[in-house]
Amino acid sequence: MAGSTLAFPSAERRAYSPWREAWRRYRRHRPATVSAALLLVLIVAVVIGPFVWRIPINEIDVVAGMQGPSLAHPFGTDDLGQDILARMIYGGRISLAVGLAAMMVSVFVGTLIGALAGMSRGWLGYGLMWLTDLFLSLPQLPLLLLLIYLFRDGLKAAFGPEGGIFILIVLVIGGLRWMPVARLVRAQFLSLREKEFVEAARALGASPLRQVVRHILPNAVGPVIIAGTIDVAAAIIAESTLSFLGLGFPPDTPTWGRILFDAKDFLDIGPHWALFPGGAIFIAVVSINFIGDGLRDALDARRVI
Amino acid sequence: MSQYVLRRLLIAVPSLLGISLILFIVLALAPGDPFSELATNPNVPPEVAAALRAKFGLDDPIYIRYLRWIAAMAQGDWGFSFVSRMNVDTLILQRLPATLYVIGSSQILALLIAIPVGVYAATRPYSVFDQIANTFAFIGFSLPTFFTGLLFILIFSVTLDWLPFVYSGDIKATGFRWVIEQIRQAIMPVMVLGLFQAASMTRFVRSAMLDVIRLDYVTTARAKGLGQTKVIVKHAMRNAMIPVVTLIALQMPAVFGGAIVTEQIFRIPGIGSLLISSILSNDTPVVMAVAFVFACLVVLFNLIADILYGWLDPRISFR
Repeated sequence: MAGSTLAFPSAERRAYSPWREAWRRYRRHRPATVSAALLLVLIVAVVIGPFVWRIPINEIDVVAGMQGPSLAHPFGTDDLGQDILARMIYGGRISLAVGLAAMMVSVFVGTLIGALAGMSRGWLGYGLMWLTDLFLSLPQLPLLLLLIYLFRDGLKAAFGPEGGIFILIVLVIGGLRWMPVARLVRAQFLSLREKEFVEAARALGASPLRQVVRHILPNAVGPVIIAGTIDVAAAIIAESTLSFLGLGFPPDTPTWGRILFDAKDFLDIGPHWALFPGGAIFIAVVSINFIGDGLRDALDARRVI
Repeated sequence: MSQYVLRRLLIAVPSLLGISLILFIVLALAPGDPFSELATNPNVPPEVAAALRAKFGLDDPIYIRYLRWIAAMAQGDWGFSFVSRMNVDTLILQRLPATLYVIGSSQILALLIAIPVGVYAATRPYSVFDQIANTFAFIGFSLPTFFTGLLFILIFSVTLDWLPFVYSGDIKATGFRWVIEQIRQAIMPVMVLGLFQAASMTRFVRSAMLDVIRLDYVTTARAKGLGQTKVIVKHAMRNAMIPVVTLIALQMPAVFGGAIVTEQIFRIPGIGSLLISSILSNDTPVVMAVAFVFACLVVLFNLIADILYGWLDPRISFR
């Protein structure tokens, strides 16, 4: 495995900083590079889109309903004549924001639990790992639906219809997806905490907190970044699934999944209505997954061939 | 081996209890209870509502309510669905076969695709076949099931008109035609779920095979003069399947999630669509019971995976 590729260039290559080196390896992954560009385009489109494409998302024009793509409406219109492009730009902001926010929740919880389990040498570690395994065997979508069903009204009353659902969905998706991160972090911690440099820090009198924050965590960050990237994609899928089942954001908030939900009964007369948001979800998810794959090549030195 | 199975069974019990506890805490923490509608209903006098609350013990401390709930669940008393006007357990038993039929067939389809493709790709890493298989696998698990479902309906029902897009619980046909119709209507849901599963499984199988195929004992088997097929199937595959079984078991919750979506798209009368419809109609006993059944199914499949694990790798059952 090691022989052929390592042989010639490394010997005379200039020394790079670790991040530069990672970037060099990332760029070698062609699909990942293309995906990063694609995702950037998507993000720029949803961020500055509303300033360029000024058709309001709820402008109803029944006469112009169910039209296919045209110059006036590049992605066509829905049954009420609302412009699908404008709705997708608006929904894309929410879908991507949910993905990012849920990833942050899951990475935070996962890192915390994984770090605690990895540092403790007693029952705490076993208990936390049992909890992780228990969460892994929870049926996620049913539980997600159950939680949304039970807490929707309360949060809606507290934070308004959109904000309440946003907080709920982010917390619930993030709270049900931290387990892979926790396992990764624990595995990293178990091997890192026995390494000489950590032992040296301990010998110099570094407190456990300092050992973790200054010495162990920076070395465990690669796999966490990779898992976090993939979590973004999973969270986008989860949010779209909820909206698609009619249980996500309220009907007047056109997330991509919600547009698909509205479109699914009109497949015979207006396939464009379903194809554009579905395509957007697919492009977002596939490019994030490819980026994760590229990051794995870039950051996880063991996997590089 | 039987001791190992018994030990695994005993480990499954606390995780079932843990899951039931989580479900119950979620329900107890949630604002509102099944009788909150009675309280606002002007036709029900407050003392009747209070008597009902007392009868069902809603004002008791939470651990007593949990114990009572778990005892009732264990005795098969799963409550009454106010919407369907029948016992929850009969309702679920009616709906369960359709779900198991679709999930089971799709898992078989996924294995039939993933094992040959993954093994073949691993024997020729970075060949054209491997790269194509990899790309398809990547696209496959990035396509959410609800979108593939809609695409399939668009292609095979709307455009080509080959397959029905609504699954019907009772087909008006007998004998051979019934079988044909039963298969025809299941093709799309099974394909949607199966291809989604096959995509991630192919990657598992490929990487597991790649790990094993480089080991010395495989080289030894080749050096003895065994044919390629025999080396791969008899020597490498059996060991490569060990991690794959675990990964498949870890995927089970995602499979059930996918099943809920597919049942909703194709209107399959299974427990997934039952869950959605009872959530939409606020039928709490059914929601709780279906969530619990899904949890039981996940634990059951993990148990099966553990037992398979012991069979594939006898060392494990002695530990």
